Amino acid sequence: MDAPLRLIAANPLDQLAKTVEALLVVASAPLTAAELAEAAADDPERVEAALGLVSERYREGRSGIVLEHVAGGWAFRASREAADACARMIEKPAQRNLSQAALETLAIVAYLGPCTRPDVARIRGVAADSAVASLLERGLISEAGRDDASGGAIRYRTTPLFERVFGLESLSQLPRLDDLGADVDEIRDRLNAVAEKRTA
Amino acid sequence: MIVRELELDLDAFEGPFDLLLTLVLKDELDLVEIDVAAIVLAFLERLAERDALDLDACGEFLVLISALLELKARGLFPEEAAELAELEPEAAAEELARRLAEYRRMKEAAAWLRERLEVEGDRYFRMGPAPLTPKVEPQLAPHDPARLAAAMRVLATPPPDVSLAHMALRFPPVTQFLERFRSVLRRRSRFDFDQEVAELSRIEQAVAFLALLELRREGEISIDQAAPFAPIRISRTDVEREDSWTLRSA
Repeated sequence: MDAPLRLIAANPLDQLAKTVEALLVVASAPLTAAELAEAAADDPERVEAALGLVSERYREGRSGIVLEHVAGGWAFRASREAADACARMIEKPAQRNLSQAALETLAIVAYLGPCTRPDVARIRGVAADSAVASLLERGLISEAGRDDASGGAIRYRTTPLFERVFGLESLSQLPRLDDLGADVDEIRDRLNAVAEKRTA
Repeated sequence: MIVRELELDLDAFEGPFDLLLTLVLKDELDLVEIDVAAIVLAFLERLAERDALDLDACGEFLVLISALLELKARGLFPEEAAELAELEPEAAAEELARRLAEYRRMKEAAAWLRERLEVEGDRYFRMGPAPLTPKVEPQLAPHDPARLAAAMRVLATPPPDVSLAHMALRFPPVTQFLERFRSVLRRRSRFDFDQEVAELSRIEQAVAFLALLELRREGEISIDQAAPFAPIRISRTDVEREDSWTLRSA
């Protein structure tokens, strides 16, 4: 009578965790809990619980594989300890040699997107064409329809790959724009100071 | 010193200053390509070569170079120039400050991203297309079962029998016409093919024509036609022997 009892007592969540683990290992992009639940044909809440188990198993430092919550979903990645070894074998085309112009453009698209090239040019003061083209090629931004207002210019937004490369769970993890940079008053004061010096 | 004749040696242009201005005004030279600072430098060098300060030349140069700069600025920011020109000086300063602040925030954001990249740069993960199973979504709208049944009935009806009428087409033997033409030729030395077969069906006419060719091949007859689609005239070869007949039948 021991064997059947064991079957009943076996933790079904553990079984689900194995399924989740398997799904994550074959996926090449982060999977949401909802996607995992659908694939596993199980309850989303139970999948969340199973994800907790898998996260614990693949914690940083515990295994060569780490489960992370990134870009709105869950994905395996290599542990940081293995980074040097990975670097010797794997290229990172998405983030290699990102220019200052590309980073500024990326920041603008991340905060204000979907936005157009003219939007970016207005803020940066120079044409954004090559920066936008480079980010598109890297897959960090993608087209997101057209702007009705400004003659149908193409609008862009950041991709899940952007969030993944920068290790963001979502765009809401970006620092608040108000916390960045000086406020308008400070800049206006400085402009005025320069103007007064000139007239004096 | 005449400003107009100031010789320039720029990346995009080489020649006197007034030619540069002419080309720019005619839109034959894009101001974006012109390094205005280099023009100023060339002027200053020329000025330095002389000990005396040529006020007239300086004044003229300032007017020209500032006009050039304004043109270039407007060319670079067509929209901005128009927007800012409409604003009062104070409002323009306000707008400028707002934009500078906006840009500075974005610059800070870019710096934050760069730092983030340095910290997160040692995270390696699998990338590539995600070949997920396409989800099959039923696209059918709800339908009345009776209408579906009716549609099915139409499909279930046996199709009409295929007509085999054309299979019944009988080709009369060529020999029949060989006999016929020979008997005609026994009575007459020549006859008109079209007239002879006028009463026959299309198929029979075709076979009759084959018979004609056969007779021609045997050398029993000669065939003559004045022009395409003209009546085909048949004659016994013993009669036509001396004529230089040519076969121009269809």
